[in-house]
Amino acid sequence: MKIPEPRGPISAGLLAILAGPPGSDPSAHAGLSQLVQDRLPLVEDLIDDDDIQLALFCLYELHYGGLDGVDERWEWNPGLIGIRQLLEEPFEEALRTAAGLAVPAAEAMSTEQPDSDGVAALLFALAAEDSGPSLSRYVAKKASVEQLREFLIHKSIYQLKEADPHTWAIPRLTGRAKAALVEIQADEYGGGLPDRMHSAMFARTMRGLGLDDRYGGYVDTVPALSLASVNMMSLFGLNRRLRGAIAGHLAIYEMTSSRPNQLYGNGFRRHGFEASVTGYFDEHVEADAVHEQIAGRDLAGGLVEAEPGLLADVLFGATAALAIDARFTLRIMDAWESGRSSLRTALPAAA
Amino acid sequence: MNQETADGSIVVCPDGPLIIRGEFEIVTPSGEPVPRQRKTVALCRCGASAIKPYCDGTHKMIGFRTEFPPDSRQGSTS
Repeated sequence: MKIPEPRGPISAGLLAILAGPPGSDPSAHAGLSQLVQDRLPLVEDLIDDDDIQLALFCLYELHYGGLDGVDERWEWNPGLIGIRQLLEEPFEEALRTAAGLAVPAAEAMSTEQPDSDGVAALLFALAAEDSGPSLSRYVAKKASVEQLREFLIHKSIYQLKEADPHTWAIPRLTGRAKAALVEIQADEYGGGLPDRMHSAMFARTMRGLGLDDRYGGYVDTVPALSLASVNMMSLFGLNRRLRGAIAGHLAIYEMTSSRPNQLYGNGFRRHGFEASVTGYFDEHVEADAVHEQIAGRDLAGGLVEAEPGLLADVLFGATAALAIDARFTLRIMDAWESGRSSLRTALPAAA
Repeated sequence: MNQETADGSIVVCPDGPLIIRGEFEIVTPSGEPVPRQRKTVALCRCGASAIKPYCDGTHKMIGFRTEFPPDSRQGSTS
């Protein structure tokens, strides 16, 4: 993706390092590392911190499609991995706090020893409890075309690489859980048909509203919270020790998807958009009704049966996803209901 | 999933749809194929789906309940 604009000293320092080849300036790492350690104690809300979330996003991006013009050897550079870990540790802590506040009951659940059906039941119960204002109802009934564009822009940060963060977990799983994840991901990736890849279907929806469908095209436009929700997935997916969390994350995403996607589709239909635009949402109504069963029972349930100690992290991944999503919804609805844009910067005029 | 499965399987999901895996066709009463986008499908069991024969998750909103069939291989507790 294109190099984003820095949002503070950490992201600026990181992008400056990435502009050169690895090994050209060893003291630069040490400087950035010190800067991170000096600034972290001053950050009030790490999940909503533009500078830190953008820096994490760029560090993770080295493992996905990369940043335009950046030397690919940076991906496994020990200095940068060290800086990523400095940022990841408090980020994970903040997510655990947010998850605990959002669903205090989840901690008590983690002491039970459910079988796979029991794990699915726990997760379905968490998904059903999810209350609060509904973005999907607003999109269905009230959102203007401009707000639909904003909605797609927020989602584009993840949806243009939809499924990728969960794919990291495949080699970390075995048996039933692995087979389940592969089955879900094969469907996410279009079952062999590139046009049916969910990321490609989302790109089609974006084009239908005159938006730039290049991956990362709107990174500069979205607030920290939109980056944080994707960083959360990368954190869970790229760290093997968090395989329970990425399984729980996928399960809860699937379980909170069918109905909202039906409503999102209705919002676009209300404005006269046709099947090429709504296809993405319609696909998710059907696909996620399949995936939620497999993800809850075979992926998360199968994983907990194989490794009972991971139940707490499965629930953490699920509740963290709910917590961040709820926060994101509040932010976006607050902006829209008071007639403001929910984006960080105005849309480029060319859009 | 069990170690030894038949060529296809139908998973009876508690309070939810039937998940069908393997080789099969979904056809209308006159034998016309029903449009199908994926290999493994979830068929509506509660009757409330808007995309029948497929499941759209509506069973969760109408409080659909099923008796889970007794499992002969392992003691079912739930």
